[in-house]
Amino acid sequence: MQYYARYASSAVAAAAVILMVAGCSSVKLDEQAPAPIVDAGAGGAGGAGATDSRAVAPVTTASTKGVDPFTDPNNPLSKKSVFFDFDSFVVKSEFQPLVEAHGKYLAANSGRQIKIEGNTDERGGREYNLALGQKRAEAVKQRLLLMGARDAQIETVSFGKEKPRATGSNEETWAQNRRADIVYK
Amino acid sequence: MRVEITGVGGQQFPIAIAPFAHEGAGAQEVDAIVRADLARSGLFRIIDAGAQPIAENANVNLADWKTRGADALVIGSSRRLADGRYDVRFRLLDTVKQTQLDGLSYLAPAAELRLTAHRIADRIYEKLTGERGVFATRIAYVVQTSRNSWELHVADADGANSQAALRSREPIISPAWAPDGIRLAYVSFETGKPVVYVHTVTTGERKAVANFRGSNSAPAWSPDGRSLAVTLTREGNSQIFLMNADGSNVRRLTQSSGIDTEPVFSPDGQSIFFTSDRGGGPQIYRMPASGGPAQRMTFGGDYNISPRLSPDGKLMAYVARRSGRFQVMVHDLVSGTDSPVTDTARDESPSFAPNGRLLLYATEVNGRGILASASVDGRVRTRLSGPSGDIREPTWGPYIK
Repeated sequence: MQYYARYASSAVAAAAVILMVAGCSSVKLDEQAPAPIVDAGAGGAGGAGATDSRAVAPVTTASTKGVDPFTDPNNPLSKKSVFFDFDSFVVKSEFQPLVEAHGKYLAANSGRQIKIEGNTDERGGREYNLALGQKRAEAVKQRLLLMGARDAQIETVSFGKEKPRATGSNEETWAQNRRADIVYK
Repeated sequence: MRVEITGVGGQQFPIAIAPFAHEGAGAQEVDAIVRADLARSGLFRIIDAGAQPIAENANVNLADWKTRGADALVIGSSRRLADGRYDVRFRLLDTVKQTQLDGLSYLAPAAELRLTAHRIADRIYEKLTGERGVFATRIAYVVQTSRNSWELHVADADGANSQAALRSREPIISPAWAPDGIRLAYVSFETGKPVVYVHTVTTGERKAVANFRGSNSAPAWSPDGRSLAVTLTREGNSQIFLMNADGSNVRRLTQSSGIDTEPVFSPDGQSIFFTSDRGGGPQIYRMPASGGPAQRMTFGGDYNISPRLSPDGKLMAYVARRSGRFQVMVHDLVSGTDSPVTDTARDESPSFAPNGRLLLYATEVNGRGILASASVDGRVRTRLSGPSGDIREPTWGPYIK
């Protein structure tokens, strides 16, 4: 991520240098009569309605192998977080499609392994929350096993309240942090 | 002369600690450290001694000090020598009997000036109470310095002089001192999950002693330092296991279907106290150190966690949730009574001083974790100094030989 950001900004800097050089060599400034200022904004060059001959319209090809199920928002496999109620480790029915999809995927792909990481909100003791987060991860694992995943494919761990996704002391952030994440190895 | 230690409502002993005569950079801090140590113990009332330094060889009119309300007076000097060491001297005087109770001189390297002040406070404490002082012992705690930066610190018992023993980009929790006062067990997330390490502070040598499938946490040393009780999830939910301190010979101690965690040995090594949700919410239980039937210890409220035993085995400190507030409590194992120690709302990790008279814990001020100490009766509570950052998980170390 950082690498791309740095690459992008240095590319912009390089482009700016080139434009400056081009400007210097092509515009002769008449010191007696200042050059008129021209608005060179979008559409200015070709006039309204004309197609910009320098425009690039990006097109992405449809993969011949089909879309990646883990990133296709229409596929339940793209969802990897199960959220829990306060002090609870019950997997709510709204997450059934998610556990079903991952359970069946693991059953069909016995070479794949996952880690389930349990988390809690900030309230209460650190070690007790670690155990509560573990219970959440374990609850998700049990549902995956029911769908045909094998025990050896799944490691359950807990971060307790130590690695919150959202920070703040209100119900909204707490709800974000009462969570188990499925992470493919 | 003895300070009677009688718990709640006990009389505080009036003592004056005059500013020490001092010479050279840094030499002036000794008497302030002694004063703060004794005040923090909760057993002493510090009588204002004015600003005039009084050296240990000065002639003082003890009757005058008695009139000012002090039953004891401390005078002394602190001098920086040409080689950088400090010559520190003090006398402890009884203003009632008009006699000297103690007098000592120290030659301290610069790095041990604060330690010398703590040792003087320990001498005075022991002379006046008959019990060993704890001011020269050490504490450990975790400080989160930014969103992705955690440090395990070792510091003097007053929180000062803190040094990072470990820095990590992942969380560190649950430090526990070995009885030798040199090794720390703790939980580090550095490999992407909780793993228990044993770390020799003096050398920096460290070893993962519990790194099983799942989460590994909550290390507790047996009193002889040979075994560790830990919480493992390798067989499902969090359960308590016993292992040798090097990680060998692992055997399961609890057999519940829910959460069993936060084991801690009783000082005689016979029992393990722990937190369990077997009754619904988290409560504290006690079982034989070899496993077996557990007895519930806490009944007030629906959330009681983090037990720690006093060195004499008579008191259990813990954290209780009452009306959404998390407070340090003390349970008297003899009488069965529970007393609040604090009036703050986000307390965690209480631990006893090695003489059992003080509790160290973390609490929050303005959304940040801080260190605090309290007399066991809760009468005297003191905020301790610490580095900037969010401080948590303090634990009081043993006496060091």
